[in-house]
Amino acid sequence: MESFLIETKEMTKVYGESDATIFALAGVNLQVKSGEFVAIMGHSGSGKSTLLNILGCLDRPTTGTYMLDGRDVSQLNKNQLAEIRNQKLGFIFQSFNLLPRLSALANVMLPMFYDSTEDISGADARSRAIRSLESVGLGSRLDHYPNQLSGGQQQRVAIARALVNHPPLILADEPTGNLDSKTGAEIIEILDSLHKNGTTIVMVTHEPDIAQHAERVVCVKDGLISSDSDHGSSPCICEKELA
Amino acid sequence: MKPTKILRSAWEGLMLNKGRSFLTTLGVIIGVASVIIMLAISAGTEAEIAKQINALGASLVIVSPSRGVPGSARTLIYDDALAIAEEVVGIAGVSAEQAPPSQNIKANDTMLEAIPLIGTSPEFPLVRDYPVALGRYFNQAEDDRKAKVVVLGSGIARDLFGVDDPLGRIVTIGTTKLTVIGVMQSKGMVSDVDYDGRVYIPVNLVFAKFIPVMNIGPDRVRTIYVKAESPEKIDSVITQITAILAERHDVDVSKPDFSVQTQQDIINTQEATTEAFRDLLAWVAGVSLVVGGIGIMNIMLVSVTERTREIGLRQALGARPTDVLLQFLMEAVILSLVGGLVGVVIGVGGSYLFGKFGSMQTAIVPLSIPLAFGAAAIVGIFFGYYPAVQAAKLDPIVALRHE
Repeated sequence: MESFLIETKEMTKVYGESDATIFALAGVNLQVKSGEFVAIMGHSGSGKSTLLNILGCLDRPTTGTYMLDGRDVSQLNKNQLAEIRNQKLGFIFQSFNLLPRLSALANVMLPMFYDSTEDISGADARSRAIRSLESVGLGSRLDHYPNQLSGGQQQRVAIARALVNHPPLILADEPTGNLDSKTGAEIIEILDSLHKNGTTIVMVTHEPDIAQHAERVVCVKDGLISSDSDHGSSPCICEKELA
Repeated sequence: MKPTKILRSAWEGLMLNKGRSFLTTLGVIIGVASVIIMLAISAGTEAEIAKQINALGASLVIVSPSRGVPGSARTLIYDDALAIAEEVVGIAGVSAEQAPPSQNIKANDTMLEAIPLIGTSPEFPLVRDYPVALGRYFNQAEDDRKAKVVVLGSGIARDLFGVDDPLGRIVTIGTTKLTVIGVMQSKGMVSDVDYDGRVYIPVNLVFAKFIPVMNIGPDRVRTIYVKAESPEKIDSVITQITAILAERHDVDVSKPDFSVQTQQDIINTQEATTEAFRDLLAWVAGVSLVVGGIGIMNIMLVSVTERTREIGLRQALGARPTDVLLQFLMEAVILSLVGGLVGVVIGVGGSYLFGKFGSMQTAIVPLSIPLAFGAAAIVGIFFGYYPAVQAAKLDPIVALRHE
């Protein structure tokens, strides 16, 4: 039996009380192998944000299971979820979410700050953060503050931050949404090269040409996976659905 | 997360808005400083009272008219003092005292305005443990014949005659010319009375020359001081005085129109007042600390709201609720501890300056420093906890979406 990095079974997310319940997710079955680059597409309200939140261990499914890296994380408590996020996940946000008062280097060091599995010394954390920033081409911008960096550079800092704890999974939420197309392309290039080096990436986007960079496109509609290029449906269908 | 890391991140959070952080600590600074200063003032006052016990001796009995006793037909008069001196057994001396309105004093070309004038019996220096430094005090004969003699407080002597010998010189008090026969030792301020800034004349001269006509009875005295032979005889002396005066005034011993107190009684009353005063001050200071704490809580709540997105991000990166809680709690504690520290410095410095330049005596109570500092820390934890819990409870999804 093949092992998956992500494997959800009949995963639902229900909001509201008895009469007025809304199924944000109505039973999602999704498997992602290690090393895949998956794009998730869908309208707003389709449930893709809810799906990403659960995949990112920021939220828990109402029913069903979510196996991440071999561990059922669907019923973990807040502290355990925090540790999973710290160790297994790297987040890339549309709005970068860098702390403005911290330098690029300090921003990248943040995840190590919350690492409860090992006690990383300040010097180690620093050198790891420097390597991570160098890997996204910002080795010369270590001490710059976010407001001294361009949007693309800020997002690269965010990528360095996502990578610094060597998580098996990178979750990117509209990573190019706040960038012009040229800078967006640079960011996608970085994601591409990460993918080539074996990093698993799940990316939410509504831009079809960005989604094309992924080797697999999953479309979410009404809380269900409506198409999955891995299962024979082409990304084009997905695009039509989005249109 | 390691404590040093929490500390650092809390510090960074505070440095984000230095001005506001400082203003927030102001409440705690004032609270802590006032606790220390208030306690120093009341301790200084108590020490001052203790000093008076030593200065006046333990065997002093003070007889004064009761105020506001209904139907008290008579007040304390000079003959009461004479009766005590004659009849009471076990006393070393009696001094009747009366203070007429202040008078201007002139000697040669120097004029001092509104100088307190004290009429006393000849035994005054003995009874009040207040010796003459130069010359002599007047004797009973001089008192009886209302001799125009005066003994100057050391300050008055200096102001009128400088380095010259004042003995035998003539001073004009009001319109009466008196001969200087002595100068008292320097005694300084005791219980708000400047002994050096007064002049002492025979009490019978006061009755004859310085009590305004139409005023209170001409032989009325303000206080009769009685010195017992020893502190052990005080109780017996008090009993005798009470019996004699009750008979003379024709009042019941249980409802006298006079009061017979020891210096200790007066000190006890003063101490009780000081303690009540100190408790009040401590409460006020404590309340200001609490107000300071509420200030911290307010600012921390604002800070949590402002930094909601940051909290969400930290959660996404792996901060556990406890990490967030500790960070914000630590910020509040740092605010209050820094405030406490500054408050201690201002409190100690303020107490010192008050004592040196103010009209109040101060003695810094060593215990008040850890007490006030500890109270500040507790205030920080107590009022920082609620905002910190609010921060820790935030849902990362909601927090990340917060604008």
